[in-house]
Amino acid sequence: MAEDLLTLTPQGLYCPAGGFHIDPWRPVDRAVITHGHSDHARAGHARYLTTPQALPVIRHRLGKLAAETLAYGARLNVNGVTLSFHPAGHVPGSAQVRVEHRGQVWVVSGDYKTEPDGLAEAFEPVRCDTFITECTFGLPVFRWQPQATVIDQIARWWAANAAAGRTSLIAAYSFGKAQRLLAALPPLGPILTHPTVEDVNQILRAQGYALPATRRVTPLTTAATHPGALVLAPPQALASPWAQQFQPAETAMASGWMALRALRRRRGPGAGFALSDHADWDGLNAAVRATGAARVLATHGYSEAFARWLGETGLHAAPLGHDFGGQTATDQEDAAP
Amino acid sequence: MNRFARLVAALEAKPPPDAPTDALAAYFRTAPEPDIVRAIALLSGRRPKRAATTAELRHWATDEAGLPDWLFAESLALVGDLAETIAHILPPATGTAIPTLADTLAALARLPGQPEQARRAAIAGTWGLLPPPERLIYTRLLTGGFRMTVSRGQIARALAHATGATGADETNIAHRLIGAFDPATARLADLTGDTDTPKATADARPYPFALAAPLQTAPQGLGPPGDWLAEWLWDGIRAQLIARAGAFALWSREGEPITDRFPECAPLRDALPQGTVIDAAILAWDPASGRPLDPAMLHPRLARRTLPKSLLAKAPARLMAFDLLEQDGTDLRALPLADRRARLGRLIAALPPGLPLAASPLLPPPDWTAPDGTAPPDWATLTTLRDSARDHGAAGLMLKRAASPYVAGRQHGDWRAWRLPPRTVTAVLLYAQTGPGAAPFTDFTFALRDGDDLVPIAKALSGLTDAEYAQIARWVQAHTLTRFGPVRQVPPDLVFDLAFDGIQPSPRHKSGIALRAPRILRWHRDAGAATIDTLASLRALLPAQSG
Repeated sequence: MAEDLLTLTPQGLYCPAGGFHIDPWRPVDRAVITHGHSDHARAGHARYLTTPQALPVIRHRLGKLAAETLAYGARLNVNGVTLSFHPAGHVPGSAQVRVEHRGQVWVVSGDYKTEPDGLAEAFEPVRCDTFITECTFGLPVFRWQPQATVIDQIARWWAANAAAGRTSLIAAYSFGKAQRLLAALPPLGPILTHPTVEDVNQILRAQGYALPATRRVTPLTTAATHPGALVLAPPQALASPWAQQFQPAETAMASGWMALRALRRRRGPGAGFALSDHADWDGLNAAVRATGAARVLATHGYSEAFARWLGETGLHAAPLGHDFGGQTATDQEDAAP
Repeated sequence: MNRFARLVAALEAKPPPDAPTDALAAYFRTAPEPDIVRAIALLSGRRPKRAATTAELRHWATDEAGLPDWLFAESLALVGDLAETIAHILPPATGTAIPTLADTLAALARLPGQPEQARRAAIAGTWGLLPPPERLIYTRLLTGGFRMTVSRGQIARALAHATGATGADETNIAHRLIGAFDPATARLADLTGDTDTPKATADARPYPFALAAPLQTAPQGLGPPGDWLAEWLWDGIRAQLIARAGAFALWSREGEPITDRFPECAPLRDALPQGTVIDAAILAWDPASGRPLDPAMLHPRLARRTLPKSLLAKAPARLMAFDLLEQDGTDLRALPLADRRARLGRLIAALPPGLPLAASPLLPPPDWTAPDGTAPPDWATLTTLRDSARDHGAAGLMLKRAASPYVAGRQHGDWRAWRLPPRTVTAVLLYAQTGPGAAPFTDFTFALRDGDDLVPIAKALSGLTDAEYAQIARWVQAHTLTRFGPVRQVPPDLVFDLAFDGIQPSPRHKSGIALRAPRILRWHRDAGAATIDTLASLRALLPAQSG
């Protein structure tokens, strides 16, 4: 058996032949970044390589950095290894990484979802020999309803709140989920955004992503000035005194975890909408099949169960080393995927 | 089923007692009549007969989904609920038409007693028609696990809204909802119509219960103390005792007949004059100390099918009466409370001794005199009395307006429950339990100091803000010492105040103590484990043991 093209090191996933890391969590010389969420794009690397669509948000979050970009589908030779990015459908600019060396092809999925959301570049399966797949929702209890159905539920909730004279507060991660909601929701009223959400909106608008008009929340933006408004803010902000100015209000959380009652109830009163930027059980299985990979390494989530399941269906599958992405459970991205 | 599933979702988002009457009323306006009657029965706590065992359902669902057993087990470990796991793992629904609630329940009622193959075919067929939320409810109905209930009063209010009735009609509807109706055949008009008003003497049905609103501010806001009658606030099982010609029954506030759960009350059948209805709290009574025991000791009586003698002996029941609603067949509810109370006192005083019935004493006791020789007592006196409630096995004071009639529901403010604040203990976080993978925590375990040891005393999760929870979750991830399956042990560094409603000895727990309704009150960010309470100090709060 040929030597593995990618291996785990204390810094993260590493390509020895190419001399680069993918989404490393400790400072390295050359970092290939799948997308701008903070558990994938970390500060402190000497050089960054990502998609041109992903770079502006990464620069916004990490400040000055030495970065090159590589368009989706374009090939780059890195020390004899051929590297290319392919849309992952997770958030705008997110990519899978294809690595080819001496006839061996590996693909690292990064975070992905298979259903097109109308904003992020739609997921494309990439043929490979070995597929490293995330499996945040890799159990068969996670089956998403179509985006249109969930968006319709959220729209009804918003309309009912507005009719009752209440503001609608949605907790959504400030990069990705918030913009996906903006792009998909019908124009039922004013949409107000927390500053961290609006910063990202402005960056994406400047890149040409189509987002509706929104208003940045200031101390003067209240339920009285914007009756029937929808407010998009990160979960921490909604739990803070910042949200007081929108009373009376109803709150909701948009996240894949909201598919489960126990997790909805832990959040206390309020609605939970199961809308995720990760693939569900059927999406993961379909994505794995579409790669044609004979070997699958599962990471980020229910990796042992998902790998065992794939193994029982005839693939050579295993969890990627236990420590990979070992901090997922506490990262904000995973608290609100 | 889809309308009913939406209703259940709305009630879950705003659980009773705050559940929006609107959601119920909207359902009553739009659902077909047979569904409405069925829904009222379900939400009143009437569960259909069990049609399959949980083992059967698990096996069938795993099979239908084409999944290995271990993967079902992994999923169940995360979801924590069999019916919900089944609802999610089955393949997506195929049909477009979702059966109605009434049809679903009618088909379900035919299942018990049929051979396994027939039941499996029928159940798998229904699963295949239902989306996950409807599937979850259906599966709960199959196992008798559908437990969502809404009070009779709330249902009556929503029915009154939906049908345009108001005020007195609402009370009438509430009266009809209490008691027996067959959901398979009853018509909505039987529940809401104004024909055939039941005569109080004609049946064993209770009156709609008056409820107390909590008093959370200073009592001075209630006006002159002389307008109010005070008594102990008993944490028991609220019940009405009906003794009419040919009818004797004990009813819970939820509208369930519980006569057979309390055989101690049987002698009252002959002792009470016919045409008597008493409002009371059922207490677990310790005859030795003359004080109530933990009210939780009565709960097994309601949950179990049989009543072993040991259970009756361990926690004998006693009615603590506080209102007289009917006397000699006459409805007294319009009389002032002070008048009803006086009649209750005379009625009970005239009964032979040895019966499990007493009048809840009015406070302060008759031998009380004000320091300045005046009556009635002032709020300061009543506050002092309330502070001593735990010495009497009570949870605080109940204040009732002396001139008030007996009115169903709690919206009138004539009854005010003036509870003592919860007791608290300062404890340290010792374990955190997760679902597998990246799922949030499902339990935090807190411990007290016992010599050099730390002894767990309670699990709690509620009471933290999301931000605090997120911070603690991160801290636990970074500081896990060891893992036992889903349980992580952490260094005893994070200190919290826990609030709780009750405390009782429990041989099943290592601490020897069980706390009732523990919850997190506050996080002491700067406090170290040195500041936590000792187990001995918590034990000191245990009620004194008799015998």
